Amino acid sequence: MRTGTETVGERVTGIGLAMLTGAVLAFLVAPILIIVPLSFSSGSFFYYPLPGFSLRWYQDFFSSSFWLPSLKNSLIVGTSATILATGLGTLAALGIWRARFPAQALVLALLISPMVVPVIIVAVGVYFAFAPLGLTDGYLGLILAHTTLGVPFVVITVLATLSSFDRTLIRAAESLGASQITTFRRVTLPLILPGVASGAVFAFAASFDEVVVALLMAGPGQRTLPRQMFAGINDNISLTIAAAATMLIAISLLLMIVVGWLQRRSARLRQSG
Amino acid sequence: MLRGAAAALHAALAGADDDAGDLRRALRRSRRREQLRAAALVLPLFLFLAACFVVPIGAMLSRGVIDTDITRILPAVTAALKNWDGRDLPAESAYAALIADIRTAREAGTLASAATRLNYDVPGFRTLLFSAGRQLPAELNGSARDALIGIDPKWGERETWAAIRRAGGPATDFYLLGALDLRRDADGSVVGGPSEQRVFRDVLGRTLWISAMVTLMCVILGYPVAYVISAQPPGRAGVLLFLVLLPFWTSLLVRTVAWVVLLQKEGVLNSLFLSLGIVNEPLKMIFNRFAVYVAMVHVLLPFMVLPLYSVMRSIPPSYVRAASSLGARPFTAFWRVYMPQTLPGIGAGCLMVFIQALGYYITPALVGGADDQMISYFIAFYASRTVNWGMAAALSIMLLTATLALYAVYNRLIGVERMRLG
Repeated sequence: MRTGTETVGERVTGIGLAMLTGAVLAFLVAPILIIVPLSFSSGSFFYYPLPGFSLRWYQDFFSSSFWLPSLKNSLIVGTSATILATGLGTLAALGIWRARFPAQALVLALLISPMVVPVIIVAVGVYFAFAPLGLTDGYLGLILAHTTLGVPFVVITVLATLSSFDRTLIRAAESLGASQITTFRRVTLPLILPGVASGAVFAFAASFDEVVVALLMAGPGQRTLPRQMFAGINDNISLTIAAAATMLIAISLLLMIVVGWLQRRSARLRQSG
Repeated sequence: MLRGAAAALHAALAGADDDAGDLRRALRRSRRREQLRAAALVLPLFLFLAACFVVPIGAMLSRGVIDTDITRILPAVTAALKNWDGRDLPAESAYAALIADIRTAREAGTLASAATRLNYDVPGFRTLLFSAGRQLPAELNGSARDALIGIDPKWGERETWAAIRRAGGPATDFYLLGALDLRRDADGSVVGGPSEQRVFRDVLGRTLWISAMVTLMCVILGYPVAYVISAQPPGRAGVLLFLVLLPFWTSLLVRTVAWVVLLQKEGVLNSLFLSLGIVNEPLKMIFNRFAVYVAMVHVLLPFMVLPLYSVMRSIPPSYVRAASSLGARPFTAFWRVYMPQTLPGIGAGCLMVFIQALGYYITPALVGGADDQMISYFIAFYASRTVNWGMAAALSIMLLTATLALYAVYNRLIGVERMRLG
């Protein structure tokens, strides 16, 4: 867009905009980048420059009696909720895409609603209903609640993938004599798999990041990593929390890369399909 | 699915007569079957969400408008007060009914729940009810009214009895009015609550104000950023977008922790300022409104930048160039030609940020002070600390109504299905 005929005013505006953008992007990224080196500090305060390099906070994380179990709890809850949400959500998206049935818009709104309703209301509602059933003392209540929170992500991503799916492929398979199940397994599923997988990643991220439901529902035995971090900030904040945060950042980065890869792959499949 | 239709068609065609009605019926039957199959695929998730989402939340919310504790625990007196005109003290029979109820409830161990409920309405009711339970003689000689008033003169006040009647259910507006700092007096008309208990209007106003300020700051910061990124060549725009998406993907809690680490008294920023000699003693940057604004803008800014960016990317630069070549000054060209085309993005971003800000809980709870807590904090407080489900439900109803109304607007303007997922 740059032409030789810029006026001084335009150039000043351009430089000002670029500086503002740089400042805002720094504001977005810096807090996340600042916490990473702190986790490798050999000191025990939130100061720069670091007194030295050490892995003592990671050691602390992996040897403590509550940080490592909380990571394990997060993985158990996240994986179970992801499997449930992905299965249920993919089937539902296929159903919505297959044929119009009465009140479909309303049903779709219901399926998306866990993303819309403020999470504190979900947490309080689930706590209210699950506590008398004894579901708040184990993993099950937390898994079910996290599944509801993950479902909309799966439904939305799978529906988006299906919107570019060519229905004639199904007709072709069926006219060649494939059964419905074979058609699904050999034709539909491979083509929508990237969408299903990125839905699953979103669902996992939603559970892995979730703290409000865990705050109300999880007993001491099911404390998830975010829940443990929440407690860690409130009690006495040590650099172990920086180590935990750094690992969560690494996991987010990993998930982000996976989704990016899946989206590119899905786009490629669409073009060649 | 097609084979089903083909088979039906075939059957119809092979029939005795090529009746068009038969064909139509066969097609309709096949369509119906297809619809059933589609619905059957949705059914498992539908049932799951009904059981784990709709029913729990519905049951919880219903506690805000349904009030059955008192009718259950003190049935005789609630029945006796049905016909009370509310002008004079209730009849002797109501006093006798209350005494009978208190005795039954004490034996069943349910008096405490009744006392808790009535105490919400009239502070001190718990003591009133318990001392009546303790001090009532085993055998009543003379009038029940005199016995109760003898224990506490409050039993001779209309307001005491009106509170019991108000709690008689089954439907109640007690909690919803309470969430607006209103209550009903002995005559049943709506009045302002006692001034020392007026907190919720503050909370609701604060929630709206913080959300609005955060939205405003997000537009001011997000608009130029989205503009600059949209003007970059694709490669560099991708890198800059990655910087916007990184915080978007990072755990909310990690970002809040990062701000605690940066802003706290012995934190990164204060140690930096001290060593540079900018300040002589640590600044108070956390547990106040400033920290809430900073952390919330940080978390919500990507939700503003992304919709703005996707709108701006689709605006051809030729319009602004045309405006300039027709003699418009840069500001006029921006304000009259460019900006109006970005309004859908501004609308989408603002609604998204505002709606999410309304329900914020974790961030204000961790970086804010006592006067910066929003409505979600109080919902959690009433649900988990004081276990006042009625109040938690009434506040939830307010938050949910506001959220759903704004989503309806969002859906009308933009369409929920176009919501971006990063």
